Amino acid sequence: MRKRAGSPRSIAFWRDVRVLRVVSQVLFLIGIAAAIWWLMNNLTTNLDRSGLNIGFQFLRDTAGFPISEGIAYEPTDVNGYAYLVGVVNTIRVAVIGIVLATIIGTVVGIARLSGNWLVRKLATLYVETVRNIPLLVQLFFWYFAVMLTALPLVKSAIRLPGSIYLSRRGLYMPWPTPTESFGTWGWFILGGFVLAIGAYLFRKAQLKRADRPGFPLLWGAGALLIVVIAGWFLTPGSPLALDIPVLKKFNFEGGMWLSTSFSALVIGLATYTGAFIAEIVRAGIQAVGKGQNEAAKALGLKRGLVLRLVVLPQALRVIIPPLTSQYLNLTKNSSLAILIGYYDLLNVGTTIFNQTGRAVEMILLIMGSYLSMSLLTSLLMNWYNRRIKLVER
Amino acid sequence: MMRSYEPASNAQLPPPTERIPVVRWLRQNLFSSWFNAILTLASAALIVTLVYGLGRWAIVEARWEVIPANLKLLVVGTYPIDQLWRVWATLYAIGLLSGFSGGLHGGLIRRIALVGAIAAIVLAILPFPLATRGWLLGAAASVGGGFGLGRLAQFATGGRSRRWIKRIEIAVWILSFPIGLVLLNGVGGPLPVIKARNQWGFLLNLLGAVVGIGLSLPLGVLLALGRRSKLPAIRLVCTAYIELIRGVPLISLLFMASIMLQLLLPDNIRPDLVIRAMITITIFSSAYMAENVRGGLQAIPKGQYEAAYAVGLNGALTTILIILPQALRAVIPAIVGQFIALFKDTTLFGFIAILELLNISRSVLSNLEWRGTIFELYVFIGVVFWILCYSMSAISRRIEKRLGVGER
Repeated sequence: MRKRAGSPRSIAFWRDVRVLRVVSQVLFLIGIAAAIWWLMNNLTTNLDRSGLNIGFQFLRDTAGFPISEGIAYEPTDVNGYAYLVGVVNTIRVAVIGIVLATIIGTVVGIARLSGNWLVRKLATLYVETVRNIPLLVQLFFWYFAVMLTALPLVKSAIRLPGSIYLSRRGLYMPWPTPTESFGTWGWFILGGFVLAIGAYLFRKAQLKRADRPGFPLLWGAGALLIVVIAGWFLTPGSPLALDIPVLKKFNFEGGMWLSTSFSALVIGLATYTGAFIAEIVRAGIQAVGKGQNEAAKALGLKRGLVLRLVVLPQALRVIIPPLTSQYLNLTKNSSLAILIGYYDLLNVGTTIFNQTGRAVEMILLIMGSYLSMSLLTSLLMNWYNRRIKLVER
Repeated sequence: MMRSYEPASNAQLPPPTERIPVVRWLRQNLFSSWFNAILTLASAALIVTLVYGLGRWAIVEARWEVIPANLKLLVVGTYPIDQLWRVWATLYAIGLLSGFSGGLHGGLIRRIALVGAIAAIVLAILPFPLATRGWLLGAAASVGGGFGLGRLAQFATGGRSRRWIKRIEIAVWILSFPIGLVLLNGVGGPLPVIKARNQWGFLLNLLGAVVGIGLSLPLGVLLALGRRSKLPAIRLVCTAYIELIRGVPLISLLFMASIMLQLLLPDNIRPDLVIRAMITITIFSSAYMAENVRGGLQAIPKGQYEAAYAVGLNGALTTILIILPQALRAVIPAIVGQFIALFKDTTLFGFIAILELLNISRSVLSNLEWRGTIFELYVFIGVVFWILCYSMSAISRRIEKRLGVGER
């Protein structure tokens, strides 16, 4: 009796947890595999019928469609390169959007905790308005209503100080272009950077020895600025010339051009994500214990220093993980560009699909691009998160 | 008013409230330092400019008549006028049900039902066609009727055997979901099938969000359990699914649904646009739902599992009877948040040629009579979404407080 109870044989195999585990997993995998096989079978049948085969050869064919903005590109370039232009455009919007959204979010987040009643209410109004309206409605508002309806025609463009022109064609502004002597000046910039790093490290070590806070970065920036400005005057001729936009017969020429769809996309993404980041920043600051604040004040630190040395470093640990997902959201939301005519990777991808009919390949390419961008962003932010993590004893 | 605070005279007295004179309030809150004074003046200037500009536009320049003239198109799209009673019937049923629940439970649900009824009455005051206003008053009345029924049920059962009433109530709520869909879509006979389902305007936004959440909740629960499973094969597949879907934008999934679904399905299955959009949004939403539910599961202390095993429950019963009720209760605010996000995301349906609110507004703009009313339309759409999303997030905040999620 005792022997039977102790021996594993006594359990029937259909009630043995170890057997059940293996069996259930095998069954699950068989189910998944069957579903995938069914889909793949349909896919090959459907592709055979339309005479298509899977392959990425089409990326080497001539694209043949124009892309109005981004890195240098001609319609005679290949599809693969056109796609790359789209990827670069997405990254451009995402990076500029992330920077602007972070600035807006930090300022508004701190403003929501301001001692000033009016500022606090204004910040709340902004956050609550922007967060509760769909991003696409906002993008359409910026693009169709503001950029394409409210702004004047090219001929009567709004002139902002500094030869900046705003019209339905977009934003034209002066942009420095390198001249022949730019090379010489370039060496000064390089030297300035080397010196700046040296000054930064020197000051940092000095401060550490003195065991007091300071601004080592300011020293670095100062060194860089001095060398670069000195270089500007020492270089024969002016290394940079300002390319000023001029109104020609139909449009402006010269200068830097930001298209209306790009501007609308950046404004929309930055203000929308900025509102979410503001809430994250506010929550992060509120998560720092009140005692920390009071202790820092008791030590005699000024308000600014309390925020910079005590509150923000601790708040940052709370802020970084949700901030990462907001950055990812912004990158993914930049795909709405296709609805307002900006050539991001999805827009170029769908155009290539319309030209070649390569559904499967383009889907794989697009999904792969977004996944790798998401992965890259979260790797970067996780690395930063580890760096600022609390070092425990 | 003088109050005396003698020691131990009345322990229940509230602490004295300080009455701050206006001038001191201004000094403390707006002009405490020169920097604050500058900020105040700058904000005041901004507010004045905004209010003046917006107010002048909204009162003097805006052609608001575009909204009532196209209201039917915006809200229900091409839904046939002689069949509109079905939309109202669905609304009435929801009103009746929420009124009933409000009467039965009171508290927050009663307040939500009340706000809904008030909203219907306020809308009825606005200058819509007379028939619409009548229907709206009826909607308010349906909430009131439901409320009366709920109170009656509560009194009749004396608050003792309320369990079976609650069970019926939940069952009816769940059943109302497919019944509403059938009523709106039609099955033939007295309820003819409505053509051009992809042109229902704002109705599609609402349906997309409700269907998306309704279907993604069970899927998300399964995925979350799968991700926490001890069996590596199941865990791996669920994790891969969740991370894959969360890594790509919804619009790329919609793109996939519009061109790839017909390649992946056999010849005889050709779901129409709306079905495709609903499938896509469910697939998309279930990955996010899984992460919400996982958050709730992780918050359950280990002792709950151990106690359940000690009582003799097996794994499945522990999950269903002990863990999930607690976990789901804790993530209600997160689910409401996701409902809001999904509701906002339904505007992307326009990408696959579905005429939801935002997309159908463009057909109004292409009408010569209404040219140049783009600001009015977008402001209207923005306000509609804003009111609904803001009130839902207010509800969610209340639930959060009630559940004490943040305080445990």
